[in-house]
Amino acid sequence: MSRVGLAVHDSWVEAERHLRIIPRNIELLIFATIQPIMFIVLFVYVFGGAIQAPGYSNYDQFLIPGIFAQSVVFGSAFTGVGIAEDLSKGLVDRLRSLPMARSAVLVGRTISDLLRNVLTFFVMLVIAFWPIGFRFEGTLFEAFLATVLLLMFSYSLSWVQALMGLSVGSVEAANSAGFIWMFPLTFVSSAFVPPETMPDWLEPIANANPFTIVTNAARALYNGLPVGNDVLYSVMWSVGITVVFATLAIRKFNTSTVA
Amino acid sequence: MEQPVNDRKPPTTLRHPSARMADMPSPNDLAIDAHGLVKHFGDTKALDGVDLQVPRGAIYGLLGPNGAGKTTTVRVLTTLLRPDAGVALVDGIDAVTDPDGVRRRIGLTGQYAAVEERLTARENMSYIGRLFHMPKRDAVARGDELLERFDLSDAADRVVKGFSGGMRRRLDIAMSLIARPSVLFLDEPTTGLDPRSRLAMWELIEELEADGTTVLLTTQYLDEADRLAQRIVVIDHGHVIANGTADELKDRIGGDRLRVSIAKVENRETALATLRPLCTAEVDVSGDGRTFIAPIRAGDRVVPGVIRALDDAGVDVLDVEVHRPTLDDVFLTLTGRTTSDEHEEVPV
Repeated sequence: MSRVGLAVHDSWVEAERHLRIIPRNIELLIFATIQPIMFIVLFVYVFGGAIQAPGYSNYDQFLIPGIFAQSVVFGSAFTGVGIAEDLSKGLVDRLRSLPMARSAVLVGRTISDLLRNVLTFFVMLVIAFWPIGFRFEGTLFEAFLATVLLLMFSYSLSWVQALMGLSVGSVEAANSAGFIWMFPLTFVSSAFVPPETMPDWLEPIANANPFTIVTNAARALYNGLPVGNDVLYSVMWSVGITVVFATLAIRKFNTSTVA
Repeated sequence: MEQPVNDRKPPTTLRHPSARMADMPSPNDLAIDAHGLVKHFGDTKALDGVDLQVPRGAIYGLLGPNGAGKTTTVRVLTTLLRPDAGVALVDGIDAVTDPDGVRRRIGLTGQYAAVEERLTARENMSYIGRLFHMPKRDAVARGDELLERFDLSDAADRVVKGFSGGMRRRLDIAMSLIARPSVLFLDEPTTGLDPRSRLAMWELIEELEADGTTVLLTTQYLDEADRLAQRIVVIDHGHVIANGTADELKDRIGGDRLRVSIAKVENRETALATLRPLCTAEVDVSGDGRTFIAPIRAGDRVVPGVIRALDDAGVDVLDVEVHRPTLDDVFLTLTGRTTSDEHEEVPV
């Protein structure tokens, strides 16, 4: 096998290590799924009546893509926690002494988190369709593309989380550090309300937020509305963040030694 | 086992300096060949020119107090750390220039059981096997064979999280052996184990010897090195301060120890005068003036002579005993402190 072939093989072996335990940890799976379901139900029924979303058939059609976006992005926080947990045990030290591609430890982790996110996404999708009544108002391809954009963005943030998980000293710290910036990132955005309704100083921040761009692109595609350049910008942001943070994280992993 | 059993002789006891040269293995026979390893951590010199030669198929013990440089040496040899200077060849491969080559040939068991506790024992085995790029079927078969041998077959399909410390450590070593390494590094394999698990681990390590696997074992426990290792390398402050079989090291501090207790303190001078010619070095008198400790030549059968001589001098003898020095005595003599003297552990 070539060097790249081996790296792919090793990454998959690593991903499998994490995927294998998902069915064994039913509680974790349930709680990971309950959170997005709760968000959908709360936002739709609590805010649904109060917020107007001009241009959409109803607020649900505006809101639900935002919740999809937020949930998959929150899902990336697992990466940092998982890596910090791995580092806190002796296993990573053993892995460093194996003839494997070192990047595989991080690539495998991010891939397994992406696949877990796909699973969570489908659970949310089902809830959104019934009982909420969400519909794809564009083509199926557009809905597929929207989903891919969301997952790509979430994958890129997994690498940010990976770098944080490698940098903080403990699992607890990784947990807090991983979640805390998710709140401003997802709320100062177009996910729940149109940025025009925000204070003047906040609106440009919300509009410049890459999360807004990705959410806007997905929302337009799910609703069959004109999407403009947002698809391109979303891909650029996701690829850019992935390249930069994957490079930093892998470099950090390779040079850091566990004491 | 499939591996050919090396026709390995236990290292001969070296009686003469010239014998040492004749017995020196040629570089091809060395599983580990390290010269002048230096490693700094900031201002701390963790390794200060470590030389280490381990012939194929031997079990060597690397002994020293905490912070002496044992683990750092192992980390350099297992490619986890790059030395600032020196050469480290493992199975003839340079650990610095070809780390992957070394990684293919070694097994490492660190101080903490490096297992994936969310997976079963069997899954752990095949997981590591596949990371060694063994075909999946081979990894599974070899894994089962090792689980059987390490007495883990009954627990093979249990998640490791529920394993005892001893079981984890056994699984850990089994995982290190999956790709049939030519050199196995065991970094403090029994630290933190209860006495029973420790004994079981020792038996297991002794069995490895029969496979012809080279083992480099670090330990703080002198009895462990004494029992398992054919040769012991004593390391302190980042360099090797002694190297030999347990017996050779013990001989270095002057053979056996004679301990005599007498009944009356008035006989002190008479007893001293009688004992002096029978001992190989100065006789120490303990605080109460009735106990004498002195080195004697090993295997001299000196006890009857001692009793007779003291009796003839009219000294009333309470007790005479001879014991071999322990490695603790050796360590104390070599370093001026015991292995458990943790206060001085930071290498300077």
